[in-house]
Amino acid sequence: MSVNALYDYKFEPKDKVENFNGMQLLYVYWPDHLMFCAPFALLVQPDMTFRALIEEILKPATASHPDSAKADFLNAEWLLNDEPFTPDADASLIAQGIDHKSMLTVTTPGLNGMANVGY
Amino acid sequence: MSQLVFIVFQDNDNARYLAEAVMEDNPHAELQHQPAMIRIQAEKRLVINRETMEEKLGRDWDVQEMLIDVISIGGNVDEDDDHFILEWK
Amino acid sequence: MAVKNKKLNLKDKYQYLTRDMAWEPTYQKMEDIYPDERFEGIKIVDWSQWEDPFRLTMDAYWKYQAEKEKKLYAIFDAFAQNNGHQNISDARYVNALKLFLSGVSPLEHAAFQGYSKVGRQFSGAGARVACQMQAIDELRHSQTQQHAMSHYNKHFNGLHDAPHMHDRVWFLSVPKSFFDDARSAGPFEFLTAISFSFEYVLTNLLFVPFMSGAAYNGDMATVTFGFSAQSDEARHMTLGLEVIKFILEQHEDNVPIVQRWIDKWFWRGFRLLSLVSMMMDYMLPNKVMSWSEAWEVYYEQNGGALFKDLERYGIRPPKYQDVANDAKHHLSHQLWTTFYQYSQATNFHTWIPEKEEMDWMSEKYPETFDKYYRPRYEYLAKEAAAGRRFYNNTLPQLCQVCQVPTLFTEMGAPTKLSHRQLVHEGERYHFCSEACCDIFKHEPEKYVQAWLPVHQIYQGNCEGADVETVVQKYYHINIGEDNFEYLGSPDHKHWMSIKGEKPADENQDAA
Repeated sequence: MSVNALYDYKFEPKDKVENFNGMQLLYVYWPDHLMFCAPFALLVQPDMTFRALIEEILKPATASHPDSAKADFLNAEWLLNDEPFTPDADASLIAQGIDHKSMLTVTTPGLNGMANVGY
Repeated sequence: MSQLVFIVFQDNDNARYLAEAVMEDNPHAELQHQPAMIRIQAEKRLVINRETMEEKLGRDWDVQEMLIDVISIGGNVDEDDDHFILEWK
Repeated sequence: MAVKNKKLNLKDKYQYLTRDMAWEPTYQKMEDIYPDERFEGIKIVDWSQWEDPFRLTMDAYWKYQAEKEKKLYAIFDAFAQNNGHQNISDARYVNALKLFLSGVSPLEHAAFQGYSKVGRQFSGAGARVACQMQAIDELRHSQTQQHAMSHYNKHFNGLHDAPHMHDRVWFLSVPKSFFDDARSAGPFEFLTAISFSFEYVLTNLLFVPFMSGAAYNGDMATVTFGFSAQSDEARHMTLGLEVIKFILEQHEDNVPIVQRWIDKWFWRGFRLLSLVSMMMDYMLPNKVMSWSEAWEVYYEQNGGALFKDLERYGIRPPKYQDVANDAKHHLSHQLWTTFYQYSQATNFHTWIPEKEEMDWMSEKYPETFDKYYRPRYEYLAKEAAAGRRFYNNTLPQLCQVCQVPTLFTEMGAPTKLSHRQLVHEGERYHFCSEACCDIFKHEPEKYVQAWLPVHQIYQGNCEGADVETVVQKYYHINIGEDNFEYLGSPDHKHWMSIKGEKPADENQDAA
C-alpha cells in the first residue's frame, strides 16, 4: 500500500545508517526483565566485537537488575531479528550479520526476573 | 445489547434545573453525581423540553442555553426550538 | 407571543445564516476553488445533506462563547486571588498539569490550525462554518489552558516552556506526531481522525473523568477550563458523528475508506491516551475512577452503543479494540513504571504510590495489580530506601508509528512485549504492536520519515551526546528542579512549607 497524496510523495528514511556518523543502532531485548520497560536502543560501532558489546555496553545497561551479575550473556540463548542466532564472541557485529537497527533478544535460562512475573 | 445515551452537566445552579427537568420528562433515566458533574444516562433516548425548563425556571429559556452547562453527550442529536433530543435509533 | 413569532425558528435561521450565505461560483470551477476535496477517494454527491444538529449560527456562537468565557475567567481570578494552589490535595497533583500543559494544550493549538485549514477545503458551506467555529474553539482552549496554568507556573517547576518542550522532548513526540499525522492527511481523513475517532470516541476519557478528578483534588481552575472546553466538545462530538454519517450516506464507496481510517485513528488515539491512563490512576492523589472503569464506561459502553448505531452503514468496531479492551487492566501501570525509570528526562516528577493508593489499585485491578505490579513498586521502594532510586540510564526503543517506547505487552501475556518488526525497502523498522505495524504497512512513506527522539539524540541532532546536555540544553528541562523523583524535589519541599510541615528528609533527595 502507499500514501494517497496530492503529489508524488517520497521521502528519505530519517534513520539511514549514514546519518549515524559511522555508528549504527542496535536494540537488545532481555525478556522476563521488565524492570527495563522496553528493549534498549544502543548506539554501537559496527566493527566492535560481540564480547565488547556484552562487556562494555550490555552489562552496564543491565547492571541495576539483580539478575545481571549472575547472567552469562555470552553463553545465553540469542535471537537476531527473531531468528535463532549463535554469536561469535570475537567477531565484529557487522561480520556476523548484526546490521543497522537489528534487534537481539537474549534469554538467560534460570534467570526469569523478579516476583515470578518477569520483572 | 443495551444502548445508552447520556448527557453530562457541570454541577452548577443552572444544571440543577436541567437535571430536574430531564428526570421529570424521562422517567427511565438514571442520574449519577460525580465530583463537579451530573451524569444522566438512559436506554435509547433522552429529551429536554423547553416547556418543562421554562416551568422550572419561571422564565423564557432558549434550548441553546444548555450549551453553557453541558460537558459531554453520547447519542445522535436532534435540536429544534422546543426540544433537545439524544437518541440511538 | 406576538414577539416570539417575529423570531426566526432555529431551522430557518440556520438555513439563512449558514447555507444561504454561500453562492454558486460562475467564473471559476468548483474543483479549482476546492482542489483538495477529491484525492482521498471520498465521493460527495450532495453537500446540502450536511446537517448541524445543533443548528448553531455565528451570532448565537459568539453569544454563548462570551458567556462561557466570563464565567471561566471569574473563576480563574478567584482562584489566583485566593492562592488556590495551596488548597489542592497534594503537590504531586501538579505533575499532571505539567504533562497536560506540554502534552495536551499544544494539541489544542494544532487542532486550531487543522480546522482552519480543512475549513477552507470543503465545498459545502455547512461544513466550512462548523470547522470555522471549531477552529475558534480550539484556539480558545489552548489559550484558556495556558491562562489557567500560568498561576501554577508561579509556584511550581516544570511549567515554564511547554511549547518548546512539545517540539523536542522524547515522550511529547507522541502527542505531537499524532496531530502531525492527522494534519498532513486529507480533509476527510482529518475529520475522521480528529472529529470522530478522537473527539467523539476518545476525548471523554480525558476531559470527563480526569477533570472530575481535578475537582476532587481541589483544582477549581483546571476543572473549570476542562469543563468549559468540554462544553464546546459536546458540539465537536456531535459534528464528529454527523461527519461520519454524512460521508457514509453519500456513497457506498466511502465505507471501506472510512473503516480503515477508523481502525487507524482509534488505535493512534488509544496509544496517545495511554498517557492519560497514568494521569488518572497515578497522578490524582484523590481518586475518582480508575482508568479501567473509565474505559468501560466511555469506550466499551458508549463506544459499543455508537458502533452498534453505525452497523447499518456497514461499519464495524475498530479492528484492534479487543487488544485495547484487554489492555485496560495493565496500561496505566506499564506507563507509570516507564516514566518512573526515565524521570531524569521528564518535565514532571514521578514517585512510588503510597500504601493507600496501592490498596486502591488492588481493589480496582483485582486480577492484575497485586500479581504483576505491586511487586515492582515494593522492589523499587526498597531500592529507593537504600539510596538506589532506580533510573534506567539506557535509552529505550521507540515505536516507529506511535513513538511510545515499545513497552506494551501481548494480549493475554502481560509479561511478553508485543514487539513487531519488518524490513521496508532495505530498512528495518520496529513497532510496539501489530496495530502500529499495520498502520505503517499501509502508508510506509509517511512513517519512514518519523522524527524519533532517541534516534535523533544518537544522530547528534539534539545539542549533545549525553542525556544531561540534551535534557538541559535541548529540552529546557532544569535539572534538579523539573525532573527526577518527587520526594525531596524542590516542589515537594515547597509544598511542605506551604502546609507548615517540616521539609522532607534530605537523604531521600533523588538527584
